[in-house]
Amino acid sequence: MQDAGRCLLLASCLLPLVFLLLFYFYPLVSILTLSFAPNGRLSLIPLEKLFGTPRYLQILWFTTWQAALSTLLTVGLALPGAYLFARYDFPGKSLIQALTTIPFVLPTIVVALAFTALLGPRGLLNTGLMQLLGLDRPPLNLQHTLAIILLAHVFYNYTLVLRIVGAYWANLDPRLEEAARMLGANRWRAFREVTLPLLAPALSAAALLVFIFCFTSFGVILVLGGPRFATLEVEIYRQTIHYLNLPLAAALSVIQILFTFALMAVYTRLQARVQRPLELRSRQVTQRRPQRRREWLLVWINVGLMLALLTTPLAALVGRSLTLSATGGVSLDFYRQLFRNTRDSAFYVPPLAAVRNSVGFALATVALSVVLGLMAAAVLDNRGETGFFGKTRFLDPLFMLPLGTSAVTLGLGYIVALDEPPLNLRASPLLVVLAHTLVALPFVVRSVLPALRAIHPHLREAARVLGASPYRVWREVDLPIVARAVLVGAVFAFTISMGEFGATSLIARPERPTMPIAIYRFLGRPGAANYGQALAMSTLLMLVCTLGFIAIERFRVGEVGEF
Amino acid sequence: MKRVIVFALIGLLLAGCGPGLATPTGSPEPRSVRVMTHDSFDIGEETIAVFENQYYAEVEILEAGDAGVMVNQAILSADNPLADVLYGVDNTLLSRALEADIFEPYESPLLGDIPDHLELDSQHRVLPVDYGDVCLNYDKAWFDEQGLTPPANLEDLVSPEYAGLTVVEDAASSSPGLAFLLATVGHFGETGDYTYLDYWAELVDNGVLVASDWEAAYWGHFTYGSGGEGDRPIVVSYASSPPVEVYFAEEPFEEAPTGVVVGAGSCFRQVEFVAILKGAQNRELAQAWVDFMLGTTFQEDIPLNMFMFPANQNAALAEAFARFAIVPEHPAEVDYVAIEANREAWVEAWTEVVLR
Repeated sequence: MQDAGRCLLLASCLLPLVFLLLFYFYPLVSILTLSFAPNGRLSLIPLEKLFGTPRYLQILWFTTWQAALSTLLTVGLALPGAYLFARYDFPGKSLIQALTTIPFVLPTIVVALAFTALLGPRGLLNTGLMQLLGLDRPPLNLQHTLAIILLAHVFYNYTLVLRIVGAYWANLDPRLEEAARMLGANRWRAFREVTLPLLAPALSAAALLVFIFCFTSFGVILVLGGPRFATLEVEIYRQTIHYLNLPLAAALSVIQILFTFALMAVYTRLQARVQRPLELRSRQVTQRRPQRRREWLLVWINVGLMLALLTTPLAALVGRSLTLSATGGVSLDFYRQLFRNTRDSAFYVPPLAAVRNSVGFALATVALSVVLGLMAAAVLDNRGETGFFGKTRFLDPLFMLPLGTSAVTLGLGYIVALDEPPLNLRASPLLVVLAHTLVALPFVVRSVLPALRAIHPHLREAARVLGASPYRVWREVDLPIVARAVLVGAVFAFTISMGEFGATSLIARPERPTMPIAIYRFLGRPGAANYGQALAMSTLLMLVCTLGFIAIERFRVGEVGEF
Repeated sequence: MKRVIVFALIGLLLAGCGPGLATPTGSPEPRSVRVMTHDSFDIGEETIAVFENQYYAEVEILEAGDAGVMVNQAILSADNPLADVLYGVDNTLLSRALEADIFEPYESPLLGDIPDHLELDSQHRVLPVDYGDVCLNYDKAWFDEQGLTPPANLEDLVSPEYAGLTVVEDAASSSPGLAFLLATVGHFGETGDYTYLDYWAELVDNGVLVASDWEAAYWGHFTYGSGGEGDRPIVVSYASSPPVEVYFAEEPFEEAPTGVVVGAGSCFRQVEFVAILKGAQNRELAQAWVDFMLGTTFQEDIPLNMFMFPANQNAALAEAFARFAIVPEHPAEVDYVAIEANREAWVEAWTEVVLR
């Protein structure tokens, strides 16, 4: 029995690690070696610049504090939403939840256009205020400001907190808080002293993901923040692509990775302290319809705010795709044009082919990252294990590293490292799936691990005493309980793959255009028809993703996913 | 127990081979030519078919990011090249590629049809395919409404009546942004009483806006491109943008909605090259493809697909292009060797003046 369990653990340990070794560490080390020692000799002369000016210290400082501020804002704004989604059941809930995730897949340039339409100098908000207040100049200037960077980071990452914290919260026993209230604690004290500590594992996992995302922010900083702002990622891109200063870029990459690693190490230690096994409850017991007037009001005010923040930009895009055409009024002209190859171009992308490519890559990414993520989580949840498997916590930070690694660096690493059989993957579409999985894996692990660690050991012991094999314990105790969290991870994996553009554009690839690539193709040249078709394709992307999210959330195998 | 591991492995395999994702394995087709290019590459379906039929060969196009990313990829994979032919290296990146020694010389018989001034490399390691100019564009209707004359040259932009009207791209992250900076370097020079940096300092005082890239500038800030939401009627774009606006317009135009500033020295000419990569698997077919790209069939298909001018003098221009396209007579001159040598210093100095 014991041996079989070990075998299983070893296998689940090895596969994710082999994956990381082959597709993360090997390419990374290859490109770093090539950068620092191009002719086999270590040369640090190009690094003088790094220490010679205060510029890079300033960049690191800005990168850190804007990420911290963005994380605080996102968590603060999304927490009330997570509460609602955890405790109440109301009509339209799954659609609203799907809509909050859409921003995650949209290309930055498209989001920037939507923001301009709403918040730009001649956007809806400014023209409205001008009329209202009788001004002759736009009162709000958000163009290229820190405020718009923060706003965009909240816009993109809100869903991370909503989903990860919401799913965890939904299985917390409400009776704990009720007991505290009964004993005389007021609402705020009960939340602070009972619920918040219980939520800590999920909350910190979500905050960590948001932080790393903002820490490595690229498009938002460049396009919305403008060229005055630079994060490490932006600087790595510039040094690599524009100056081909590989040593400097590699040094910045290493700093970025070390920073992520240090953060993860702190987080892992903290996690060990805040995580405790809980009596988790099914959401059938913890969720209910709002009853009193006040509860309904609370729900609708919050949903209203959520929609205002997250869906007005989306609505602006959809609206423009339908109304901008020359015929005036509402028309589907741009959508019809999508289906015509008017120029007989060899690079014409039929919309259905783009949808098929995107969804194909995304499903493969979901499958691979969920399998690997479950394995990794099983290994990292090592309670009751002795020897090596009792010490697997040190592996945890490794799985997060890809998220904190520059896409430019890793992309070039692929070119350098994966060029020989059997790993000659440089021009293979498989490389796209592998790259997407690398980014998606941390999301699956971070979603699943808190739920897995919250399972009370008594449950497993009981199953074991009754004669269940380790696999059966996992299959019939662990999996049903964490299924919700797995679905959350799967939604993120799907989202990441559907929206990913940066890394894909850095990999040399044969023509297999995804939807974001098609959008960028349209926006690459002037002309109203191109603009309109880019908007139409963006709307199509939103539609496909919404359907995808709802389908994944409904996904059930037997009782898995019901908890 | 074993079964579980087997299932896990099968799961992994299945995951890897999802729908439509089977990897091409084994050796490539006997006759195929791999062309590595940037993601703005575009050409007619029939044009490629002409080559494929003529040579019984397959053309595999490998898109490798923007021109900068592509050149870097080619340099890093020099020992084991990703493709046989590289298309899309331009004069701003040329000397980096030549220094890395990744191309094989090829003196195509069609070079005779290409004007000498486009042939930058005397050793024929790279062959010019097309060219185009990065120039200021303006919104005609906006200037009509305001009763303002559009600018005629770079000098105009710093005068008070054009205050707060211009958007340019970041020279450190965008290729038209860099090209425009090069135009100012070529026009105003680096030494003397009034250098390109003095010009930029004046532009900043006159309220120039710097966007991250062409997309953000054109669609987000340019009054015409953004459909009235942006507030900048002057933008750094291409001399070919007006014909593209006409070609992709929603309703037929009698004249282009945007104009180009073509004053002497106000544009920067980009020349795009094709080259055979060292270690090409099928040199003969690679040469045939290069010849094909320089021949009139391909050349005549360039304008309406990539909106650049064909390098071959014998190529006829499509009507939609010929009618609205503009070729500035005196673009600014900057030597390509100087570009690679000074790019970083110029961009750093520019950043210092414009952004800090």
